Amino acid sequence: MTWVLENLDVIGGYTGAHLLQALPPILVAFLLSLPLAKLANSRGWLRTSVTTTSSLMYAIPSLPLFVLLPGLIGTGVRSPLNISIALSLYGLALMVPAAADAFRSVSRDVLGSATAQGYAPGARFFEVELPLAGPVLLAGVRVVAVSTISLVTVGGVLGVPSLGMLFVDGVRRGIAAEIAAGIVATVVLALLIDALLVLLGRAVMPWTRRQGVSRP
Amino acid sequence: MIGFENVRKEYPGGTLAVEDFSLEIASHESVVLVGSSGSGKTTLMRMINRMVEPTSGRVHIDGDDVASLDPVQLRRSVGYVMQASGLLPHRTVLDNITTVPVLRGTAKGEARTRAHELMETVGLDAALGGRYPSQLSGGQQQRVGVARGLAADPNILLMDEPFGAVDPIVRAELQQELQHLQRDLRKTIVFVTHDIDEAFLLGDRVVILKPGGVIAQVGTPQEILADPADGFVSSFVGADRGARTLHLERVDGRDVVVDADGRPAGVLAEPERTP
Amino acid sequence: MTGSPFLESLSWLVDPVHWSGPDSIPLRTLEHLGYTALGVLVAALLAVPVGLYVGHTGRMKSLAVAAAGAARALPTLGLVTLFALLVGIGLTAPLLSFVILAIPSLLAGAYSAVESADPATVDAARAQGMTEWQILTRVELPLGMPLLVGGFRGATVQVVATAMLAAYVGSGGLGRYIFQGLGSQNYPQMIAGSLLVIALALLLDLALLLAQRLTAPPGARAS
Repeated sequence: MTWVLENLDVIGGYTGAHLLQALPPILVAFLLSLPLAKLANSRGWLRTSVTTTSSLMYAIPSLPLFVLLPGLIGTGVRSPLNISIALSLYGLALMVPAAADAFRSVSRDVLGSATAQGYAPGARFFEVELPLAGPVLLAGVRVVAVSTISLVTVGGVLGVPSLGMLFVDGVRRGIAAEIAAGIVATVVLALLIDALLVLLGRAVMPWTRRQGVSRP
Repeated sequence: MIGFENVRKEYPGGTLAVEDFSLEIASHESVVLVGSSGSGKTTLMRMINRMVEPTSGRVHIDGDDVASLDPVQLRRSVGYVMQASGLLPHRTVLDNITTVPVLRGTAKGEARTRAHELMETVGLDAALGGRYPSQLSGGQQQRVGVARGLAADPNILLMDEPFGAVDPIVRAELQQELQHLQRDLRKTIVFVTHDIDEAFLLGDRVVILKPGGVIAQVGTPQEILADPADGFVSSFVGADRGARTLHLERVDGRDVVVDADGRPAGVLAEPERTP
Repeated sequence: MTGSPFLESLSWLVDPVHWSGPDSIPLRTLEHLGYTALGVLVAALLAVPVGLYVGHTGRMKSLAVAAAGAARALPTLGLVTLFALLVGIGLTAPLLSFVILAIPSLLAGAYSAVESADPATVDAARAQGMTEWQILTRVELPLGMPLLVGGFRGATVQVVATAMLAAYVGSGGLGRYIFQGLGSQNYPQMIAGSLLVIALALLLDLALLLAQRLTAPPGARAS
């Protein structure tokens, strides 16, 4: 506890760097997953291959990916951009199948009746399909957010600043409190972002409020 | 013989499914419990094989209080046929039919021989024995369900809306075959349905239930039609509608039976041809 | 350094020096596999019975769901380093983190496997006179087997990754090459180590994917 109180500025700085690496991949994974999932759902074979590819992508441990990417795309091994790009890939691996499920969960009857009422395809997507897929999409984003925030710490072993540095530094200097602080800070950060996503979900999808049970 | 003595069922949370129900069902009798949803008909039937425990009161079979019997052994000795058949999707038709005999320790070969006989009895092609339930039509699945219910040769057969999920033509076929079966097998059948026509067709006696398992009337179909106990029963059996108020009209020298709405229901058979 | 680091990593991989001795690729691979197997097995012994119980009875369901969800937020590296510091070098420290991180997947796999059986099918089985144990082993488990194997798949992925990080605090396994390379600024060796871990992870995942397909119940597969 003393260690924490004496190093609040360090923890704060790492938390900021952590968020800077974690938030863009979450956003990128969400936004890119929507068109990719629609595309995947358009053909049966495409959906199967997307599901398989995603699950294999997710099976790749993060550190090897952090190591390989710079050689492929020319970023530095210690660059936060490298971490963010790798985490976007993981985010997509989780989010594309989730979004494909979300769009398939929307009843065809509802979509059919929307078309019959005269919705143009674009309007039908944004005003009917996307909101109805919302709850399942939200569940997917929450998983992506929590797992991304936790994975950012792995960059610590490469020297990329994040809450993971507390683990690396703590084990090097033999301070268990520093590692424990890092674990707690990471978990709290993940749960906070998760709670924010739930609140955001309730704000933009008021019709789901009653069954809005928080499940991290 | 099956007896219900002042049974009551209250679910946690205060829902009262059955208030106070008593009934005696004779051996070899076919009794149909009929009522709309919330009448407690399924709850009552499931008390017989202890799938539901009454809050108070008792249910007995041939004098034994079912509460004193081991539920697993009891269920193996009572045939059960349910809506949408409830077949095990990962087992073949033959394995589904032999479930209970095998559970009771019958040798597999013997159980299979008997299963083949049963498939014939319920009108299933023996070639279907190796299929999985998902590869059968709804009517075929229901036949497998009946065969499974009969597999251990139980004295009592419980049927929970067994034909509810099939189309009307197949349903009529299945109802007819159940009648034929019952003529030969003489089981004690407790049948649950919300369809009054089905109840009148299949029941030696029909029990019309109001919400909460309250008996509105018990009797043979003829008795109920001839003398509905109250307004609830008349409206339930449709006696207040045209469809059950029939009269004769003479057409081309024959008696045509016509209902109150003017729809012909059939012709009256020649007196000398009826036994 | 001339040439691409990937080409250099290939020559590192085929160098006979790396195929014999205590630090050889086959040995490190076996070590990594051993860690993974041990971690998943111990976690399964703890988590699967609990998961089956939760799935069959529906009791403590929300607790299990919350535990599985919260564990996803746990940073792997944090656990590995904390246990290394508290427990010291040896197998216990990494094994503790393997087990903790494998439990959520296995727990979720086990309870969702049992729960996935159609309630009407389970009800019918009970009404036929199956005991609760028979319902679990003859109805719920065969029907939910792919989901249970899926739990093992998730746990394996997790432990393969964690075992690699454990090398950071002195354990063996394929992670060694990455951290040795990191220490000596040898990027080709880091790449080689990474390729080996990825290959192992993908092979294990594919094997379990196959197992998942093979355990699908025949009736469901036929439809």
